Amino acid sequence: MASICFYFQVHQPLRLRHYTVFDNNDQYFDDYKNAAICRKVANKCYLPANRLLLDIIRRFEGRFRIAYSLTGVLLEQLLSFSPEVLSTFDALAETGCVEFLAETYYHSLSFLYSRNEFVDQVNKHTETIENLFGQKPRIFRNTELIYNNDLAALVESMGNFDAILTEGASHILGSRSPNFVYRPHGCSKLKLLLKNYSLSDDIAFRFSNRNWSEWPLTSEKFAQWISDVNGNGNVVNLFMDYETFGEHQWEDTGIFNFMRHLPEQVLKHPDNNFKTPSEVVQTYDSIDTVDIPHLISWADTERDLSAWLGNAMQSNAIHELYRLEKKIKKTSDEKIVSDWRKLQVSDHFYYMCTKYFADGDVHKYFNPYNSPYDSYINFMNVLNNLQSRCSGQALLDVNHIPEKALQDKNYLTETASGGAPCPS
Amino acid sequence: MDQIKVFMLGWEFPPFISGGLGTACYGLTKAMDQLGIHVTFVLPRVVDSQYITHVNLLTPGSRLSKSSSKFVEMKNVEFRTISSPLQPYTTPDVYQQRIEESLRQKQQSTSVSGTKWCPASIDYSKDMYTEVHRYAAAAVELAEYTEFDIVHAHDWMTYPAGIGVAAISKKPLVVHVHSTEFDRSGEHVNQMIYDIEREGMEWADKVIAVSHFTRNIIISRYGISGDKVEVVYNGVERNGSDNWTLAGTGIEKDEKIVLFLGRITMQKGPEYFLQAARKVLEKIENVKFVMAGSGDLMHRTIEMAAELGIGQKVLFTGFLRGEDVQKIYKMADLYVMPSVSEPFGIAPLEALNNDVPVIISKQSGVSEVLMHALKVDFWDVNEIANKIVAVLKYPPLEMTLRNHGNFEVRKLRWKDSARKCAKIYQESLLRCEKCIS
Repeated sequence: MASICFYFQVHQPLRLRHYTVFDNNDQYFDDYKNAAICRKVANKCYLPANRLLLDIIRRFEGRFRIAYSLTGVLLEQLLSFSPEVLSTFDALAETGCVEFLAETYYHSLSFLYSRNEFVDQVNKHTETIENLFGQKPRIFRNTELIYNNDLAALVESMGNFDAILTEGASHILGSRSPNFVYRPHGCSKLKLLLKNYSLSDDIAFRFSNRNWSEWPLTSEKFAQWISDVNGNGNVVNLFMDYETFGEHQWEDTGIFNFMRHLPEQVLKHPDNNFKTPSEVVQTYDSIDTVDIPHLISWADTERDLSAWLGNAMQSNAIHELYRLEKKIKKTSDEKIVSDWRKLQVSDHFYYMCTKYFADGDVHKYFNPYNSPYDSYINFMNVLNNLQSRCSGQALLDVNHIPEKALQDKNYLTETASGGAPCPS
Repeated sequence: MDQIKVFMLGWEFPPFISGGLGTACYGLTKAMDQLGIHVTFVLPRVVDSQYITHVNLLTPGSRLSKSSSKFVEMKNVEFRTISSPLQPYTTPDVYQQRIEESLRQKQQSTSVSGTKWCPASIDYSKDMYTEVHRYAAAAVELAEYTEFDIVHAHDWMTYPAGIGVAAISKKPLVVHVHSTEFDRSGEHVNQMIYDIEREGMEWADKVIAVSHFTRNIIISRYGISGDKVEVVYNGVERNGSDNWTLAGTGIEKDEKIVLFLGRITMQKGPEYFLQAARKVLEKIENVKFVMAGSGDLMHRTIEMAAELGIGQKVLFTGFLRGEDVQKIYKMADLYVMPSVSEPFGIAPLEALNNDVPVIISKQSGVSEVLMHALKVDFWDVNEIANKIVAVLKYPPLEMTLRNHGNFEVRKLRWKDSARKCAKIYQESLLRCEKCIS
C-alpha cells in the first residue's frame, strides 16, 4: 500500500513599512504592500489552486484527500484583503476530504524562546481554525517544520494532538526511509510523519528546472515513482508551500495541469490512495523511534535553523524581542501585545539572513528588502519604538501583575536565556 | 604568445598618492608585474632641476633609493617620468593658479639667492590644455625609444598622449576611464575636457570602465558603442601591518567616530554628510564626525558645519596620506561615502580592509561589487542618518557588516583586474587593423 499524504503550507508574512529611527508612531506594517501581495498571490495561486483541488475532490468523490496549514497571520490578511479566498477554503472544508493542521498562530519561532508564548499561540490558532472551519486540528506542524525531541514532548503533553510533522532529513534517518510512520523519542502516543523531501522537492523546486534530467515532469512519471514505493513504505508525505502552485512555479510551467492529472494517474494503481495526516496516523503503526536531539527544519540544504538564526543580527533581534515578553504582557494593552506577536513572524528574521546573500538566490526572491542589513535596521527601529510604548505603560500597571496565571503549568519554562537558540 | 609589452600612461605612485587614480595605477601595475606583463610606466612629475630634459629616465633602482621599497618587487616594470606639472583631480583654474604661483616662487627664490633664474620650467604651459598636448608630444618622443605592443592610457589628461603614441606606433589603444567629466562636474561639464575624453574613447580600440555605472555613462553620454566598453573593477591591497593602536594618540575611545574620507568636492557629497550628521546628533550625542581630505569645497564645508550648529562635532583633518590614513581608519567606527557620482570608489574597500563598516551611495560603482555594505541614495540624508544611528546603536549590525565586509573585500584582488586587462589587450591585438598595415 502506498498512500500519498499531501500537506500544503499557506502563509503570507506581515511586511514592515520603512521605519527609521526618526519615526515615532505605532504604524509598523505596510498595509498597502501586504494587501497588494496578498491579492496578487490570491489571484495567481490561492484562488486557482483552491478551485482546482475542489474540482478534483468532487470528481474523485472522496478518494482525493489533502491537508492544509493556514497561519493566523495569513487568515487575518485574507479576511481583510481577499475574503473570497476564505470562502473557497470553507468550501474545501465542507467536502470532508480536507484536514486543517495546527501551528503557531503567528508562524513564529516561539518554541525556541518562550514555551509560554508558544502554547498560547498554538491554542489561539486551534481556536481560530475551529471557528472558521468547524474542525479541531489533531496534527501539529511547527514553523518551517522546526523540530526536536523536546518539541515532541511538549506537544504530547499538550494533550490535543495525535501526530507531529517534520522534515525527513537524511542525516537524521540514515538508512531508514521517510515513507513510514515513526514515533518521536520519549513519546508514548504521539506519532511522527516525515516529509519525503526528494519527491516533495521534485514538485516544489525542480518541476520547472529544464536542466533537471527528469524535466519535464509528467503526472504519469510521478505516479510511477509513487507506485515504486509499494513494498518499501506505507506513505509518501508530500509537504510543500502552497505557493508552489502558480507563484513559485508559474502557471505556464504546467504545474496546474500536472496536479489536475496526478490523482487519476496515482489511482490507476489499485494499491495507491490519498490520505490526510490524521488518516495516515489511524491507518499505520509506528515502526521505529526517531531520536532527534538537535533542531532540524525543512530549510535550505542544511536543514537547520541557520536561515533564521545564523548571524549575530538575527540572534540579537530575536533575543531582544523575547526579552520584552514580560514587559509587553504587563501592559495588558491588546494593540501592544498584538504588535509584539506580529513581530514574531519568522520571516522578519529570514530577511536578515546573510547566508546566501552574496549569491542572490532563492532567499532574495521572497525578500522585500534589498539587503539583510536594511531588514535588521528596520526591525530594530520598530522594536525600539514598541519598547518605548510599553515602558510608558509599565509605570502605570506596576501594581497588578497578571503573570502568575501564565506560569503555573509545569512545561511553561523560560528558554530565552543565553545566546544559543537551541534549548536542547 | 609572448608576454605583452604595455606602454602605460599613468599617474602618481606611492608615496605621492592623492587619490583613487594613483592607487588604481599602482595596484594594477603591481599585479601586472606579478603576471609577468612587461610595463613601461610613464607618469608626469615636476622635476625641480635646472638640467631636466623633456624625458627623464628613471630605473627602478634609482627610484628605489629615493622613495619606496615597494618598487623592489616590480621586475617587469620600467618607469619613465615626463617632467610636467599635470596632476590628477586638477581643474583648469586650479592648474593656472598653481603654475602662476610656482613661477612667482621661482622668481622670488632665485632673486634671493642671487643666481640667474634659469627658465627650464618655462616648458610648462600656462594653461592646462596646452600642457596636456605638450605632454602628449613628449610621450610620443619617449615612445620612439620604447618597445611595446599596446598603449594603455588612464583618464583624460593622458588620452591625447595615448592617441598620439598609438597613431605613430600603429599599436592599439586602450583607454581606462576612472572618472568622467559628468562625475566631476555634474551637468556643468567643461566642453574642452569632454571633447578630449570623447576623442580618446572614440579613438580607442577598447575602453575600460571601472564599473557598469561608468560604462553606462560612457555609452549614453559619450555615444560609444557598448561592444568596445568593458568593465574591469578595481581591487584592493591587503594591508600587512596591523599593529597600530590608539595608545599614545591622546584619543580616548568613549566617543564614536564617523568618517568621511576623500576629496572635499561637489562629486563627493560633503554637504549630505553634514546634513546627515546634524540629524544623527538629534539622536546620539557622543559621536564626532571627521572629514579627512581637502578640496575646493573645504572652506564652504567648514562654514556649513558652523551654519548647521554642529561645528564642535565636526573635525577637519586636511589631506591625509600613508600612515595617517591607517590611523584614521583605526579610529573610525563607520565610514560614510555619500558621493553624488562615484565611478568606482576604492576608499570603502580600504575602510573594510581596516575593519571599518561602510555606508556607500547607490550612485557609485563600488556598490556593484559590495554586498556587505549599507547603501543609500546620496540625497536621502534622512536615510543616511538612520543608517549611521543604526550602526552606532546596534553592535551586532556593526559586527556583521565588519566580518562579512572584510571577508568580501578579500575577493577583490588586483590580480583579477590585471588578468581582465590582459584579456582585453589580447582581444584588441587580434582585432587591430592598423597594426597589420
